[in-house]
Amino acid sequence: MEGIKVDKRINIKGLVCPYTFVKSKLAIEDMDVGEVLEILLDSEEASRNIPKSMEDHGHKVLRVDKISDKDWIIVVRKEKE
Amino acid sequence: MEFTEDQLQRYSRHIILPEVGGKGQKKMLQAKVFIVGAGGLGCPAGYYLAAAGVGTIGMIDNDTVELSNLQRQIAHNTNRLGMHKVDSAKETFEALNPDVRVVGIKDRITKDNIINLIQDYDIVVDGSDNFPTRYLVNDACVLLRKPLVSGAILRFEGQVTTILPGDGHCYRCLFEEMPPPGLVPSCQEAGVLGAITGVVGALQATEVLKLILGKGYVLKNTLLIYDALTTTFRRVKVQRNPDCPVCGERPTITELQDYDAAYCRI
Repeated sequence: MEGIKVDKRINIKGLVCPYTFVKSKLAIEDMDVGEVLEILLDSEEASRNIPKSMEDHGHKVLRVDKISDKDWIIVVRKEKE
Repeated sequence: MEFTEDQLQRYSRHIILPEVGGKGQKKMLQAKVFIVGAGGLGCPAGYYLAAAGVGTIGMIDNDTVELSNLQRQIAHNTNRLGMHKVDSAKETFEALNPDVRVVGIKDRITKDNIINLIQDYDIVVDGSDNFPTRYLVNDACVLLRKPLVSGAILRFEGQVTTILPGDGHCYRCLFEEMPPPGLVPSCQEAGVLGAITGVVGALQATEVLKLILGKGYVLKNTLLIYDALTTTFRRVKVQRNPDCPVCGERPTITELQDYDAAYCRI
């Protein structure tokens, strides 16, 4: 992730909704405001839903990248407690 | 504490709520709620609190399960006739959720035992069926400054209010003294549509969970009245009474009294 300092990475490959978001949300809850979370996942549905839910919760989605046939990386900055 | 995989699945629909999250769910798991009565209101209120993962649920009731209870008291069942209600509720709630510990007390709540019983709990739920207990629970919660979610049902009507001593009204601000026994419906008159106990008990559980989470607005200074026949909810504003005998500026009730009266138990 060029230019973006990632503070925490999680791998939620194999998980489906809603556990993809449950794991992502618990990870970001434990971080400080301003820190950046990188999520590696392989669910197409979650690649669309997690960014939307993170925005709904007030966080900033910095990027959503498809990095291979099956995998996505989502980068989110925590904006509020 | 970290959630187990089972807990992540069990509480996933809570955790994904912005108002709850992992932090709110942990508050629920650490919370201690005391329920007065394992009957029409205590059953549904306790059922949802157990499902939500409230870690410790205290319950007091001296009665055993009777066939006439099962039209509304959903923690019990036909195989449990004659069993103590608190034992039956404990079996039901702990089977629903192994994260929950139910402390059942087979006794009547009195002025002599109530302080010891409730003082280690965070919130009290009143699901009692008689006025002496209702006033005893109110006065004890005011004296201990303990949040109280009070519920009542009769026929097709239910009432819920949330008492935050020192902050809002109390039950005596609403109704200063107990009604004389003659005004209370006799057993023959006092039917109840079973399903409305579920509505009122679930409202009580919801108030408790909001208090645990510190989210939203509870029924402080408000009496909520549910009329099932017309399907209407009415919110009645309640003023804190500065002359209230228990929570007012110069209280005359400074210790618990003898509340026994020969009321017909509804």
